[in-house]
Amino acid sequence: MSEAPEFRDPKAIAGLIHEIKTLAEDVDHQVTLMEVCGTHTHAVAQAGLRQMLPKGVRLISGPGCPVCVTPVDYLDRALALADLPNTTICTFGDLMRVPSSLSSLEEAHADGKPIEIVYSPRDALDKARANPHQRIVFLAVGFETTVPTIAAAIAEAEATDVDNFLILPGNKVMPPPMRALVEDQELKVDGFLLPGHVSVLTGWECFRFLAEDYDVPGAVVGFAPADVMRGVADLLRQARAGTAEITNLYSRVVSSSGNQVAAKIVEKFFEPVATIWRGFGEIPGSGLGLRSKYSHRDAGLIEVELPPPHEPEGCACGDVLRGVIDPPECSLFGTACQPATPVGACMVSSEGTCAAWYRHERLTGVNR
Amino acid sequence: MKKKTPDRLLLAHGSGGRLTHELVTGTFLPALDNPFLACLSDAAILPELPPGRPALTTDGFVVDPPVFPGGDLGYLSVCGTVNDLSVAGARPLWLTWGLILEEGADGDLISTCTEGTARAASEAGIQIVAGDTKVVPRGKGDRIYAVTAGLGVVPPGREISDHRIEEGDVVIASGPLGDHGATIMATRHGLDTGDLCSDAAPLTGLIESVFDAGIDIHSMHDPTRGGVLTVCNEVAERSGKQIVLTETAIPVQPQVRAVCEVLGLQILGLACEGRVLAWVSADQADRALEAFHNHPQGRGAAIFARVEGSTEGEIPVVMETEVGSTRPLDMLSGTDLPRIC
Repeated sequence: MSEAPEFRDPKAIAGLIHEIKTLAEDVDHQVTLMEVCGTHTHAVAQAGLRQMLPKGVRLISGPGCPVCVTPVDYLDRALALADLPNTTICTFGDLMRVPSSLSSLEEAHADGKPIEIVYSPRDALDKARANPHQRIVFLAVGFETTVPTIAAAIAEAEATDVDNFLILPGNKVMPPPMRALVEDQELKVDGFLLPGHVSVLTGWECFRFLAEDYDVPGAVVGFAPADVMRGVADLLRQARAGTAEITNLYSRVVSSSGNQVAAKIVEKFFEPVATIWRGFGEIPGSGLGLRSKYSHRDAGLIEVELPPPHEPEGCACGDVLRGVIDPPECSLFGTACQPATPVGACMVSSEGTCAAWYRHERLTGVNR
Repeated sequence: MKKKTPDRLLLAHGSGGRLTHELVTGTFLPALDNPFLACLSDAAILPELPPGRPALTTDGFVVDPPVFPGGDLGYLSVCGTVNDLSVAGARPLWLTWGLILEEGADGDLISTCTEGTARAASEAGIQIVAGDTKVVPRGKGDRIYAVTAGLGVVPPGREISDHRIEEGDVVIASGPLGDHGATIMATRHGLDTGDLCSDAAPLTGLIESVFDAGIDIHSMHDPTRGGVLTVCNEVAERSGKQIVLTETAIPVQPQVRAVCEVLGLQILGLACEGRVLAWVSADQADRALEAFHNHPQGRGAAIFARVEGSTEGEIPVVMETEVGSTRPLDMLSGTDLPRIC
């Protein structure tokens, strides 16, 4: 259940910090490293790692929180579906408070709309089986890590003829937005801490393009404090040497080609589609849509009336997600936008960059 | 033989007529037996209070599931009320117990919760002296809710207040934190937690034993809803003093950590229903900890935090992490929502 203690050992961390400081002294410019996984955002904040880094090393968060990158019109559509007769929405808890154009799932739930929190797509499938006259729509949000379980639920629904189980496709895959990031002129990233959990599924080779096409190094790392710090040290070493390679520092669970069984079941039901990322706009091939053979399970094809999409005014979630600014640089951060009253999606989920900053990093003197 | 508790509740059980009478005399009175309740008058007429200042509290209980490893809604309702009095420095004396039942609720559930109430009352040394029963139509409630009031007396010379907290004080937790919250969340989501069970228990005996050992407790709180996060933030705000937690010193059971990992919850935001956090001066720290350890309910007690200077310009509650950094600890915002991955 828990990580081996050596990955949390203060002595090991102190040793790594010393190594990082020494390396940073040898690099003549500020080094900006980006992590692109919500669980990394959370882990970094939880352990207070950012404040332990030397001045010359800046660690920023990219678009790794699935809730935060879900566009407002996805939630508008979910809420519109909840208005249809005999239709129940099942969702991961994270999505409940994310603002839609006019409201949120949480507010709609308080208004009596049939919206329920589930812990897995299987729970939604069970609900469909138990309520054959009710259409159960599962909000399929999340990255490579959540898609296999959704595909498995669809496979089971197909095999056992549970016709009233549908999904609203909103899953996303990581490599395309990372390509968008390295092509973004505004952003200067010297290296990526690559998402450990995603890599378990995809394998680390899918990130090679960063090094080969764009000369940006990356390190696949796990989630214990020592994992993250080893990644930082590796990327600094590469910055000092001027190399760009993808290193796998999470080899205890990550292989080069990933989990082929999971890949197969995902491919059976899903195909790459263009999709909108909050803060990025539309990115080709970055989403997963249901194959047409399974369109009877696609709640996105049900006609509903949608309000014009409305992003909250002044919200800089887009810039935060692209790593162009840190949360405190947003004019709403900590004032109008707080975890209890989130304006933007990044303040909602505990994986969101703004929520993590608010919760864990409001100490004075945090390294920037 | 006719079963005393009905198989399931009818609206008529709350009508005030014969069925209500049967429920009261057949189920509640035998379990909660005491002369004040037995006379079934409109109000319990009680003896004069012992010397000291009266302390009065009220609470509502809506836990889902109503029966869980280590307790039930009835047991919890007495513990919660008694503990609110105890951490205020009062010796609890009498409680009222009102039930709001849902039409169709299982009679066995009502029996279980009534027995739980009786057991907790006996453990805490208090009496349930007044009660009420209402039944709401099916779908208008969730099986069983309880509301209580509790009366106790703070003995002369005893002063428990956040305003007495001073720089240098240490904070003692009477046992591992989060057991109750983790048990409820795990049960709700069908997780097998092995021998993990709720910590619900009356704290009266433990707290009185610490006073008896001559410990001058400055302040006390039971970390129920919102857990340690809420208690520490509220105490920091009221006392104007910063509280610094030491992550490695926080007593937490491995199963609780595991539940939090799986469900994406914060350990320090989980509720306890049988733990107390006590602020004592540094020079009494060792003796206080020993006093806790000497009571069966305090065996797992640990010093996990200290009080620093003014909160002026500081983050009110921070934690020194196990890896050597410091981070702020806020109250929970809204419900602690499970994370996606």
